[in-house]
Amino acid sequence: MLSTVRIAAISAAIVAVAATSTAAFAQKKYDTGASDTEIKVGNIIPYSGPASAYGVIGKTEEAYFKMINDRGGINGRKVNFVSYDDAYSPPKAVEQVRKLVESDEVLLVFNPLGTPSNTAIQKYLNSKKIPQLFVATGATKWNDPKNFPWTMGWQPSYQSEAQIYAKWLMKEKPDAKVAILYQNDDFGKDYLKGTKDGFGAKAASSIIMEESYEVSEPSIDGHIVKIKAANPDVLLIYTTPKFGAQTIKKTAELGWKPLQIITNVSASVGSVMQPAGFDNAQGVLSAAYAKDGADSQWNNDPGMKKWSEFLDKYMPGADKTDGGYVYGYGAAQTLAKVLEMCGDDLTRANVMKQAASLKEFTPDTLLPGVKINTSATDFAPIAQLQMQRFKGQKWELFGDIISGDVPSE
Amino acid sequence: MSAAEDIVTEAPAVEAVPKRAMTLGYGTSLVVLAALILIPLFVKNFIIFQMTMLLIYALAVMALNILTGGSGQFSLGQSAFYAVGAYTSAILMEHAGMNYALTLPVAGIVCFGFGFLFGQPALRLSGVYLALATFALATAMPQLLKLGYFEHWTGGVQGLVVTKPDAPFGLPMSQDMWLYYFTLAVGIAIYIASVNLLRSRSGRAFMAIRDNEIAASAMGVDVALYKTLAFGVSAGITGVAGGLGAIAVQFVAPDGYTIQLAISLFLGMVVGGVGWLPGSIVGSAFIIFVPNIAEGISKGLSGAVFGVLLFLVIFLVPHGARQVAIVAQQLAAKLKKN
Repeated sequence: MLSTVRIAAISAAIVAVAATSTAAFAQKKYDTGASDTEIKVGNIIPYSGPASAYGVIGKTEEAYFKMINDRGGINGRKVNFVSYDDAYSPPKAVEQVRKLVESDEVLLVFNPLGTPSNTAIQKYLNSKKIPQLFVATGATKWNDPKNFPWTMGWQPSYQSEAQIYAKWLMKEKPDAKVAILYQNDDFGKDYLKGTKDGFGAKAASSIIMEESYEVSEPSIDGHIVKIKAANPDVLLIYTTPKFGAQTIKKTAELGWKPLQIITNVSASVGSVMQPAGFDNAQGVLSAAYAKDGADSQWNNDPGMKKWSEFLDKYMPGADKTDGGYVYGYGAAQTLAKVLEMCGDDLTRANVMKQAASLKEFTPDTLLPGVKINTSATDFAPIAQLQMQRFKGQKWELFGDIISGDVPSE
Repeated sequence: MSAAEDIVTEAPAVEAVPKRAMTLGYGTSLVVLAALILIPLFVKNFIIFQMTMLLIYALAVMALNILTGGSGQFSLGQSAFYAVGAYTSAILMEHAGMNYALTLPVAGIVCFGFGFLFGQPALRLSGVYLALATFALATAMPQLLKLGYFEHWTGGVQGLVVTKPDAPFGLPMSQDMWLYYFTLAVGIAIYIASVNLLRSRSGRAFMAIRDNEIAASAMGVDVALYKTLAFGVSAGITGVAGGLGAIAVQFVAPDGYTIQLAISLFLGMVVGGVGWLPGSIVGSAFIIFVPNIAEGISKGLSGAVFGVLLFLVIFLVPHGARQVAIVAQQLAAKLKKN
């Protein structure tokens, strides 16, 4: 009798211990790269080479996670941000990402920059089931959860932005004769396609000219002269920053005043509008999803105040007109949010699950009304933009927030 | 003659026996070979991948070495041949479903033809002018690959994603390790063939042209034929390297084959020692690992650090790894005497 009681007591104790230990076990789950004290995040970005201007994004993200760590980390874990230079070269990107995954053993790869580099690593990361999170490119193909469930974009896709321009033009200037200047690569062609999709049946009658240039051309003045000869009244400028500045300057020099719309990529005040000349840039249109660090209207904005304080403390001397600081801050904040949502379940699968469950999330640096939403079938976090017009020395927003969701292919 | 050309002609002139000076002794060769075979068994897949890239770039550097060190012609256009090889392999694998191993000879032959044809007009040029002509080729290539006309095959700016082959016959090997040994086998075959080529009649003709074109033609060497042949052989080997590179990286895109690559290969050749074939692997290691070291020292100034390191190498050992090898050999001989 006594022995049965004893056995019962012992087995009850064992069951209790087992129950608590499995409960504890269920609470904390880790994949390679995460532990009780640390989350390892990998990143590649061109710190050298032709696209090294983007290196500032990586530096901002590094500083952001330093700030997070100084405040105690995410759920008590420090973020270890490992960032390598890929020099904007696909073979180098593959090498560096493999180093991150196989040698540094990171939990995920965050914000790798550039369409060619991301294309080169996409298959590898997906076959290894490692999150390729919030890639820093606006190509539309990153929103493809069915075929690439481990890859997710962040910024609005080029196609959705172009659609917004087309929609706006059809409404405001229905009889416009549109000329398009685009860079002859995936970046420019995505914009071209988005514009045509946006015009729909009216594309053939509205677009009177498509002129492309190569990124290696030193100057695009010749193209502008050629476009002017066709006499359009709207010029869509789908270029990278250097060529954007050249275009605005050249049209002014020719004494030509079409309605100009420039891509968000080249809307920087510091690196495009100022070199093009503020006088020449008056009235140019664009669209935005993030606040401009150089714009005084945000001086009292609580989000931008936080951003500004962050820069002053962690990146003293930073040039606030450079859009890279705003971009890196917003992207890093989004990742911090996802990691926070993961709680103690820091598996790669859960990271993707949480990244695909962002609801109405607003990083400090996005325009009021622009919200991040994702779902299991929507891997395009930011899909909203607002039109803006250049006036004086800054952009003025006007109209409503426009959504340009492009369905995944 | 340009200053650049002097360096090339000077180096072999120092050595009285250029044929021998181009290779390693049997003992050393075997040690290097054993290291290349054994190391992958003990390291991570990532390191194996880096070693694969090391061999691939070494092949490309060696190809340039045959052209410059062998026949005395310059090329800054090797990236174009590398790109053609890479695209040939990628297109055959992805569009025609051809076995990866079979695409390599095709890539080699296509590039040989391309290089041979390019060698024809290049005949009229020498020294820096030839370097500039090939430079033009390298700058043009990424744009040619983007042309809408070829886009159906090349994938335009998006490039092509290539499937990595598994180890055959169910060998218990990772894809990386298999590809490494495959690359090593191809590399050794090409190395042996190149050494034999340089020791053959044709090799002697190359070197005669390099040393003195007029004397060579007086001796009955068909200067035009051998010069273009050197271009063809060099381009062919570079093409095979490009094909292997496409398989290893699993992706080809125009932006991967810019003039930057051509300059890297040129750099690799100089660092390895012009005209010294085994130096190719040292040069290749330099162009792969030194940028990583520079980045480790300073992220923001990686380019400057790389420049300083390169400057040091050129300043201290102007003849590259070959000079180091000779000094080491002399030291060893001294130690033996003592």
